[in-house]
Amino acid sequence: MTRETILNTLIFLALPAVAVAALVMDEPFTITLATRAAILALAAVGLNLALGLGGLVSLGHAVFFGLGGYAMGILASHGQSYVPLFDGWILIEGTKSMPIIWLVAVLSSAVVALIIGLLSLRTSGVYFIMITLAFGQMFYYFSISWPAYGGEDGLSIYVRNSFPGPNTLDPIQFFGLVFAVLAGVLWMMSRIARSPFGLALNAARQNATRVETVGLVPMRLRLVAFVISGAVTGLAGALFADLNRFVSPTMFSWQMSGEFIIFIVLGGIGRLFGPVAGACLFVVLEHSLSGISDFWLIYVGAILLLVVLFARGGLIGSLAGREVADD
Amino acid sequence: MTTLLLIEQVLNGLQSGIMLFLMAAGLTLIFGVMGLINLAHGSLYMVGAFAAAAVAGATGSFTLALMASLAAAAAAGAIVEVTVIRRLYDRDHLDQVLATFALILIFSEGTRWLFGSFPLYLDVPAAFAGPVMLPGGIQYPAYRLLIIAVGLAVAVGLFLLIARTRIGIQIRAGESDREMIAALGVDISRLYTIVFALGAALAGLAGALVGAIQSVQVGMGEPVLILAFVVIVIGGIGSIKGALVGAILVGLTDTLGGVLLPLAFGLFLDPSTASAIGSALASMAIYILMAIVLIYRPTGLYGAPV
Repeated sequence: MTRETILNTLIFLALPAVAVAALVMDEPFTITLATRAAILALAAVGLNLALGLGGLVSLGHAVFFGLGGYAMGILASHGQSYVPLFDGWILIEGTKSMPIIWLVAVLSSAVVALIIGLLSLRTSGVYFIMITLAFGQMFYYFSISWPAYGGEDGLSIYVRNSFPGPNTLDPIQFFGLVFAVLAGVLWMMSRIARSPFGLALNAARQNATRVETVGLVPMRLRLVAFVISGAVTGLAGALFADLNRFVSPTMFSWQMSGEFIIFIVLGGIGRLFGPVAGACLFVVLEHSLSGISDFWLIYVGAILLLVVLFARGGLIGSLAGREVADD
Repeated sequence: MTTLLLIEQVLNGLQSGIMLFLMAAGLTLIFGVMGLINLAHGSLYMVGAFAAAAVAGATGSFTLALMASLAAAAAAGAIVEVTVIRRLYDRDHLDQVLATFALILIFSEGTRWLFGSFPLYLDVPAAFAGPVMLPGGIQYPAYRLLIIAVGLAVAVGLFLLIARTRIGIQIRAGESDREMIAALGVDISRLYTIVFALGAALAGLAGALVGAIQSVQVGMGEPVLILAFVVIVIGGIGSIKGALVGAILVGLTDTLGGVLLPLAFGLFLDPSTASAIGSALASMAIYILMAIVLIYRPTGLYGAPV
């Protein structure tokens, strides 16, 4: 076992360990924090496929996070009011069932990622960063000015949606569900990274011209990566909305997109568990620093600046050595 | 809709476009010369506005306030360039995005700590407080005309600076080949600091000028920053001419879209639905404009093809 594998196992086990310890000590708020960390990690794991493996610096992944959130908000608000979502040639009703909401969140994020990807992957580098950022703002302003689902005020859902089997109202059971999703997605990502597609995507990041000369199409590889990446972040958005029982345009904000990138870089870019480590670290920082000072973001800024300038490779990179397994 | 109202909205669009140009010119210059994407440009806009509001509050003079905004933003820009930005020139764009994102957090929270969370107000100077009568009987606020005039003057000055002066020649040379001009004996790191401070001063000026029509508060820079990104994506990164054309296009689209789209939908929908759909679409109009430009010209209107 390499040091990175040991570290990954430790990070992976830390989340449930914290949640179980909190359960024993009867501190439900800590369980909520662990759930929050797991969901944010899931969103960043999604982005890491595009950013880490594909080299696509998307500053607009909050679009998918927000879409997932609103998929949950819209379906659940119709579900709790029993007003059909659409009543024309076909009857679409709201729902309070998580699996259906997840499916809608994943599909809608994937479709939007396909459209945004088709447009923005025509460009690269700084243009790509700015265009994804601009698309993010487009959804943000749309969600603010569209009055049907709360507009600027957001949308509250009174009872958490249900999942067949576990009782989602119990914090530890909801954490278990979220953690299972995170574990499944991490497994899927590790498979993707080793699959022919993942290897080709990695190669396209390192040298697109060579990939093209062997007959692969970098644009298509990147588009597929962008769509999968968006879909995973969308799923995280649906879970995040369910955790808070609240959706608002903030989920679309570009600060959200920035935070996802921060998780990845804090943890270590291009590493499977980098986003998980980064998201946990961020939630811990957020919780501990906000107790010290009202201006805690200034410390986050300073830490981030130091990591970018001096500790390239992030947390995992600093602890496990510089070599990235798949580079 | 009357022609008078339309002309007034065109002037409003022109005014917001000119202010966007001041932001976008700095961004595009910094990217063109140093290859740096600077998210913290909006923070320099905010620094300019706060400096102006603080000085205007202490002295009551708007001229002094404008000078303070230029000086404060240029100083903040120079300090940030020397301490942080300088280390980022040979890094990839991801590192630049993150480090400048971190700078936003530091600037925003620092300003909140110094000035508090409540917005400050900067008064329009008394001489320009009233409306003026334009030919054709249009009443238009004098201050907004002043903004347009100042912005255009700065634009002309910037073009002359780049085209006619020694420093402008060095900037243009730096855009095309930085090793060569370093070899010719130009102090490249001093040049970079000057370009960054110049961009920062333009952003600070825009912040102070706009601060008098809107409120001065923490976070005021980021929406403008993103609009400025849209502007330089449309205009072509690195092109000042592109920034000017893009800024006016974005300013006009944004302002006119907000007025015309609800009216257009009002022709065949009831008023409340029309205003909801119209304003929602209007908020997206500039991004749709950007998408259209990108489909036909992926490197922007005046960008060099890759």
